[in-house]
Amino acid sequence: MQSVWTLLSWGPEGWLDDIAYGVFITVSLAAATLPVGLVIGFLVALAKQSGEPSLRLAGNIYTTIFRGLPELLTLFIIFYGAQVGIQQIIHLYDPTASVEVNAFVSGMIALGVVFSSYASEVFLSAFRAIPKGQYEGGYSVGLSGWQTMRLVVLPQLIRIALPGLANLWLILLKDTALVSAIGLTDILRQAGVAARVTKHAFLFFGVAALIYLLLAIISSFGINAIERAVGRQQVQR
Amino acid sequence: MNVAAAKVDRPPALPRGWPRQRVLGYGLVCLWIVFLAGIAAYLVVAWNGELFAKYAPSYVTGLGVTLLLVAISIVLGAILSVPIAYARMSKNRILSGLAYAYVYFFRGTPLLAQTFLVYYGVGSFRPQLEMVGLWGFFREAFNCAIFAFSLNTAAYQAEILRGAIQSVPRGQWEGAASLGLHKLQTMWKIILPQALIVALRPYGNEIILMIKGSAIVAIITVYDLMGITRLTYSRTFDFQSYVWAAIIYLIIVEILRHAVEWIERRITIHLQR
Repeated sequence: MQSVWTLLSWGPEGWLDDIAYGVFITVSLAAATLPVGLVIGFLVALAKQSGEPSLRLAGNIYTTIFRGLPELLTLFIIFYGAQVGIQQIIHLYDPTASVEVNAFVSGMIALGVVFSSYASEVFLSAFRAIPKGQYEGGYSVGLSGWQTMRLVVLPQLIRIALPGLANLWLILLKDTALVSAIGLTDILRQAGVAARVTKHAFLFFGVAALIYLLLAIISSFGINAIERAVGRQQVQR
Repeated sequence: MNVAAAKVDRPPALPRGWPRQRVLGYGLVCLWIVFLAGIAAYLVVAWNGELFAKYAPSYVTGLGVTLLLVAISIVLGAILSVPIAYARMSKNRILSGLAYAYVYFFRGTPLLAQTFLVYYGVGSFRPQLEMVGLWGFFREAFNCAIFAFSLNTAAYQAEILRGAIQSVPRGQWEGAASLGLHKLQTMWKIILPQALIVALRPYGNEIILMIKGSAIVAIITVYDLMGITRLTYSRTFDFQSYVWAAIIYLIIVEILRHAVEWIERRITIHLQR
C-alpha cells in the first residue's frame, strides 16, 4: 500500500507531474479561449444594440442557439461534426484518407462560442448603461463614430462590464473540465487516469477539485487587482 | 386647405436606403437562414424511417430521465438550500464560515469534477457505506448523479435565496416587528413574497443551467437524453443523432425561458406603471 504522499509526489512513482501537465492544458485552454470569446461577444453585442433590426435579429439568433445548447453537446457537435464534415470533403479527393480533428481547437471553438454568447449579454447591458449623451458629446466635439467608440464609450464600457466578465471567466475555467470527455488531457482526465491506475479515486478527484478551487481563488485575486486598477482611473463626479 | 399646406403637415418619409449596417445585417440573417435551412435539408436527406422508429422511443425515455433528474435535484437542492442560506446569514462566525466554505467549494469547482468525485470516489468508502447500508444506493450511477447535483444546486440556490432575502429593505422587518409579528410570521408573510419576485429570474436560470448541466451524466453511464444520443451515435455513426438532441434541448430551454418571463410579468403587475 503506497502512502498518499508517494502517490502525490513528483516523478515516475507519483502523479503530481501528470496532474501539473493537466493544469497547464486547462489553463492554456481557458486563456486561449478568453480573447476569442471576448472579441466575438463584443461584436455580437454591437450587432444587438444597433438600430438596424436585421443585425439585431442575427445577433439574437446567435445568443439563443448557443445559450440554449448544453456546453457538452456543443462540444460534441463541433468535435464530431468537424470530423464528419472534413472527412466528407477530403473523401472527394482521396477516399482512403482519415481525419483526426484537434481536440484542443475543438474545445477552444466550443467554449469560445458559449463564452461569447454569454459575454454578448454582459456587453449589451453595459452598452445600455451608457447614456446617449456620451455619443452625442463625442459627435459634437467632432469625433467619428469609431473614435467615439474607442475613446469615449469603450473605457466606460469595460468598467461596467468587468464584474460580469469576471464571473464568465470563472465559469469558463470550470467549463474547460468538459474537454476531458473528448480526450484532451486536462486536470480531470489526468486525475481520472491516476484514479483508474491506483484505485484511489476519491483522493485524485478530490485533488482535482481542489486544484480547480485554487485556480478560482487565484483568479479572484487577479480580478480584484484589475478592478482596483480600473477603478482608480474613474473620474470623480 | 390647399395642397401646399398638406405637404408641409407631413414631410415625405426619408428613403431607407442601404447603409453598410443594413447590408451587413441582411447578409448575416441570410447566412443564418442558409445555415438553418441547411440543417433542415440535412435532416430531410438523412431521414431514415427505420432508424427513427428504432431510436425515437429511447430519445423520449432519455428526455424523461433528464427531466426527472433535474426535477428531483432542484427540489432536494431547494430543501437543502434553506438551512445553508440561514447559516450563511447567521451572526455566528463558525456557522456562517462553514456555510460560506460549502458554497465556495460547490460554486468554485466544475460540476463534472463533483460528479466524478461522488461516482468514482464513493468506491473508496465501500466498507463504511456497506455498514450503514447505503452501498446499494450509491452503486447506481443515477443516484450518484442526483446526490452530486443536489449538493451542487443547493449551493447556488442558497446564494439566490440569501441575495433575495437581503434585497428586501430592513424597514420591512422593523415595520413587521412594530406590528407585533414574530420572526417566522414576518419571514413567511412579508419578506418571502417580496424576495421571491427578485429570486424568480435567478431560479429560472438555475433550472436552465441544471438542464444543460445534466448532459454530463452521460459520461457516467446514465442514459439521459445526452446518453441516448451518444449511444445512438456510437451504434449508427449517424450525425443526425446529435442534431436531434440539440433541437430537443433548445426547445426545452426556450419553453422554460419564456415561461419564467411570463410568470415574472404576471407577478410584477402591481409594480408596473
